[in-house]
Amino acid sequence: MVGTPAAADVKLDVKNLAIHYGDTCALRDTSFQIRKNEIFGIIGPANSGKTSFLRAINRMDMFDDNMRIDGEILLDGTEVRNWRNVYALRRRVGVVFPLPVGLPLSIYDNVALSPRLAGTRKKADLDVIVERCLTRAALWDEVKDRLNSLGSLLSGGQQQRLTIARALSQQPDLLLLDEFSIAVDPVTTMRIEDVLKELREEMTIILVTNLVQQARRLADRTAFFLTGECVEVAETEDLFTGAVSDQRTSDYVEGRFG
Amino acid sequence: MFEATELNAQHARTEKLYRILFGLMAVLLILPVITILTVLVVRGGPAISFEFLFSEPINGMTEGGIFPALVGTIWLVSVALVASVPIGVAAAIYLSEYAPKNWLTRAINLAIINLAGVPSIVHALFGVGAFVLFFNFGTSILAASLTLAIMTLPVVIVATRESLQAVPQAFREACWSMGATRWQTIRHVVLPNSVSGILTGVILEVSRTAGETAPIMFTGATLFLPFLPETVFDQTMALSLHLFTVSTQVPNVPEEVQYGTALVLIGLVLSMNAVSIGVRTYLRGKKKW
Amino acid sequence: MAHNAGALDRRDTAWYVDKAVEWLVFIGGISAIIFIVGIFVFIGKEGFGFILGRFDFAEFFFSPRWTPTSLTNATYGALALIVGTASVTGFAMLVSVPFSLGAAIYIAEFATGKRRETLKVLIEMLAAIPSVVWGFIGLSLMNPLIISVFNVPLGLNVLNAGIILGLMAAPIMTTIAEDALKAVPDGYREAAEALGATRWQVIRQVVLPAAKNGLVAAVLLGVGRGFGETMAVLMATGHSINIPSSIFDPVRALTATIATELGETAEGSEHYQALFALGILLFAVTFVINLTADLFVRGIKDK
Repeated sequence: MVGTPAAADVKLDVKNLAIHYGDTCALRDTSFQIRKNEIFGIIGPANSGKTSFLRAINRMDMFDDNMRIDGEILLDGTEVRNWRNVYALRRRVGVVFPLPVGLPLSIYDNVALSPRLAGTRKKADLDVIVERCLTRAALWDEVKDRLNSLGSLLSGGQQQRLTIARALSQQPDLLLLDEFSIAVDPVTTMRIEDVLKELREEMTIILVTNLVQQARRLADRTAFFLTGECVEVAETEDLFTGAVSDQRTSDYVEGRFG
Repeated sequence: MFEATELNAQHARTEKLYRILFGLMAVLLILPVITILTVLVVRGGPAISFEFLFSEPINGMTEGGIFPALVGTIWLVSVALVASVPIGVAAAIYLSEYAPKNWLTRAINLAIINLAGVPSIVHALFGVGAFVLFFNFGTSILAASLTLAIMTLPVVIVATRESLQAVPQAFREACWSMGATRWQTIRHVVLPNSVSGILTGVILEVSRTAGETAPIMFTGATLFLPFLPETVFDQTMALSLHLFTVSTQVPNVPEEVQYGTALVLIGLVLSMNAVSIGVRTYLRGKKKW
Repeated sequence: MAHNAGALDRRDTAWYVDKAVEWLVFIGGISAIIFIVGIFVFIGKEGFGFILGRFDFAEFFFSPRWTPTSLTNATYGALALIVGTASVTGFAMLVSVPFSLGAAIYIAEFATGKRRETLKVLIEMLAAIPSVVWGFIGLSLMNPLIISVFNVPLGLNVLNAGIILGLMAAPIMTTIAEDALKAVPDGYREAAEALGATRWQVIRQVVLPAAKNGLVAAVLLGVGRGFGETMAVLMATGHSINIPSSIFDPVRALTATIATELGETAEGSEHYQALFALGILLFAVTFVINLTADLFVRGIKDK
């Protein structure tokens, strides 16, 4: 039901991916492709392996002795574990994890840190980046008068958006969003969702969400993960109109469990 | 009902008894400190004067002041810090930020415990064997300070490691996920948030270093020297050794001079300690996350 | 477009700086091992000449005659020095262990809030007093006090040095013991209290047994501290080679012997090497004590 796209259109190619924490299997034998400039939704109940999948892309397994990855994840055709400079890989992949972490730096420095590390030194350039990223994350209006206060002392919802701004400041070409709207009010969520639609022109976005309707609003295609298994990958509309190959998918989408 | 209350009352009484008993033991440990400080202040206080602090000892150290010893202690402590703080901070960064869980890391931790536990006179023997003789620094400030530096290295390492580990892991992960290298993460996020903790460790080390006597006796400090040291290859007097000298080595030193010297030494050491504790308490109250 | 990834996957300055820093701090880390090995090597270098040559096991450990300066018959019997160190340390522990553990129990289980903080700070202050000041206290405060209270001719003896050493070893014992008590999970206490046990019953029957290993480590570290102390025992023991028959006898400790005699020996002489041999003995004993204490401490953490 999903044709194989031309190799040049594939952003992320997942082949037989399996993730274990010790003896516990978090994700097993998963294969699918994510295309350039699409929003790829991943839905599923808790403990389905969604977050583990994102951590594997970003090579965060390096900091967790317990985490083991088998199979392949090809980013632009190169296996992520073969990158010689893992930091360059992570700079290209922006991540927003569900528990927002504002760094104990000023709000300005939170967003300016990544450009600075990448070599941007001029204050004027940094100002532009900081304002653009905070605006896109729908946070600028709330913090523009106190850019020097600590990012780690913002409210949960604000820290969440600060994390989004920080991810955008990396100018990534792959953006991983994990439950980004968990602590954000509905109106602001809508504003960020509009921004994501625009960002699709610049980057590929993987959107992990518990909110089935959010996936429906945003994602071009959606995968359904269930207890470590990738049950289905389909055009989002097909998923919601019942054109699914597995009964469990429509059961979940229609709210019969989850 | 009545019996239960009776039993409760009895429990409450024994409870109180034990509380008082153990409290008394704690107080009995504390009491000597307060007594000692009081006696030192009462007997040594009258000796303290501008002249005492800033003039040389004269007449076989029975009169005059402690200036060369004071200057010598400052020399010894400064050179020791220059040597030990970079090594100690590096070691702590390695242990907290880089070290894998393996036998080598365990060996390093054991070595640190042992550096802190080896008797000071053994450190002195090492200083003589290594710095005075083998590296041929002679009995000098350099040899004495390096001996002190190695001896107090665990103080810096332990304090620094503790303050680095107080920075939550989530900040590091957030920084790494952005593509910052380990060092960039340490430099921009971890160190700025632990620098004051490191400072308290360094102050504590100053306090330890200033009070040590045995390690410097044969490596660089001398009983009496009529001039101030000019380079790290000179010998020097030191406050701690001076107290030993005036109380055991030289006859007929007035009690006032002895107590005065002791008071200056302990004042120096305890005020450094108090500063360190003060900074720590202040930081605990100031939350950054 | 696959070349895209390759072009961006360059090891840049930041990558190399990171690697360089990793090596640099690694050197800092292993320096601790280098220093401890260095201590052993350099003391051994001076001391093994004695151990392999002049050293006589029976004389060293069983003769109380330490007469290295005798021109006709220099003997190196360390028994009196070992007994001196042991008697002072033993007496110190006798005085100090109950109080230190009692104070630790009070701080960990009874005291709260400001009182607890104050006690901890004061104990930290106790730890900060330099050993030469303790020696001075023994010499000028305790000495006359002991003479007048016990009506003995000399106040510099096992009693004096033992009390001083006990006070010096108390902070480390209290701190480690308190850590061990604090490490006992609150769940244990709550479970016992739910059964109607009083606080003391909880402490004696639940907390103390659970913290046993840590308490042993605390005492061991206290012993190590007392065993290696130099200046205070040099100044407060009376410094005379003697196997004591009562706590009012003066003694001489291993550490103090090195401290007084090293300055008067010629480098490389037999006497000089013998002092380094005493150093090896001190190093070895404290090494074993620290190692054992560490094993006990790790015992707590593994639980």
